Amino acid sequence: MATIQPKVSEPASDELALVQAAKAGDIGAFEDLVRRYDRNVFRIAQHITQNREDAEDVVQDAFLKAYSNLKQFQGQSKFYTWLVRIAVNEALMKLRRRRPERTVSLDEEVKTEEDSLPREVADWSPNPEQQYTQAELRDILTRTIQGLPASFRTVFVLRDVEGLSTEETAEALDLSIPAVKSRLLRARLQLRERLNRYFQKREGADGKLRPASGEANQ
Amino acid sequence: MKCSEFLQELTNYLDGVIDDRTKAELDDHLAWCHNCYVVCDTTKKTIEIYRDSKLYELPEDLRTRLRTAIVSKCKTSKPGPERA
Repeated sequence: MATIQPKVSEPASDELALVQAAKAGDIGAFEDLVRRYDRNVFRIAQHITQNREDAEDVVQDAFLKAYSNLKQFQGQSKFYTWLVRIAVNEALMKLRRRRPERTVSLDEEVKTEEDSLPREVADWSPNPEQQYTQAELRDILTRTIQGLPASFRTVFVLRDVEGLSTEETAEALDLSIPAVKSRLLRARLQLRERLNRYFQKREGADGKLRPASGEANQ
Repeated sequence: MKCSEFLQELTNYLDGVIDDRTKAELDDHLAWCHNCYVVCDTTKKTIEIYRDSKLYELPEDLRTRLRTAIVSKCKTSKPGPERA
């Protein structure tokens, strides 16, 4: 079976120059960096906070914090990884504020290995996502990932949606590499399990395969 | 190889970060274990569907508004100290 192709793109060679210029007070250079990464920061923030207003705040706060602390960025990591680390911390703070009754931590060990063992093994339709309209699919994917613990959700989004490497994810989240790998495996398996009900092959009375239509709105 | 051992290696297998010998063992397991094949295939689809989904796109007008706010606040903020 073919492996997943990472969608990581190397930072443009001018990135370091932009960071240097911004450090020297060139706001236009910093604005270019904002343009380059604002969409990513917004996506990460909304995945973590699950709230649009919070995600907007996180984008502003993260970039402002990055700008104020730019001189502390030493260039050992990519600027983007450093920025993601700031954004994740801001997003987690928002999440904690909104849900003070629940402890939100990236260190939480959620249950044992048992929780990730596949319970249901059923093949999916060849192009499962095409069984639904764009809006239905978005609804399914959003609600499914929102059901994951924050620590799993965050690792999955950084690794699989944003395309950070395992090492970059570990650095951005201040986790060990084995911890990132363990959370990623469990996040992937839990998402797969939860998507089963929408995407598995079904046979109708006439023998034709049917998607599980209508479940998207349950 | 047991199914539980296969699952432990699933992430490395999908990411292609395993040595040739382990990969051969995993391929061998997949060749006869239909359940693991399905889990592996549907996990791969799960990742691809999320990767290709356009969840939480930042609308252009909001994008411009946020960027304008960031830049204007940057102009009034003082850069922090250099790390010692």
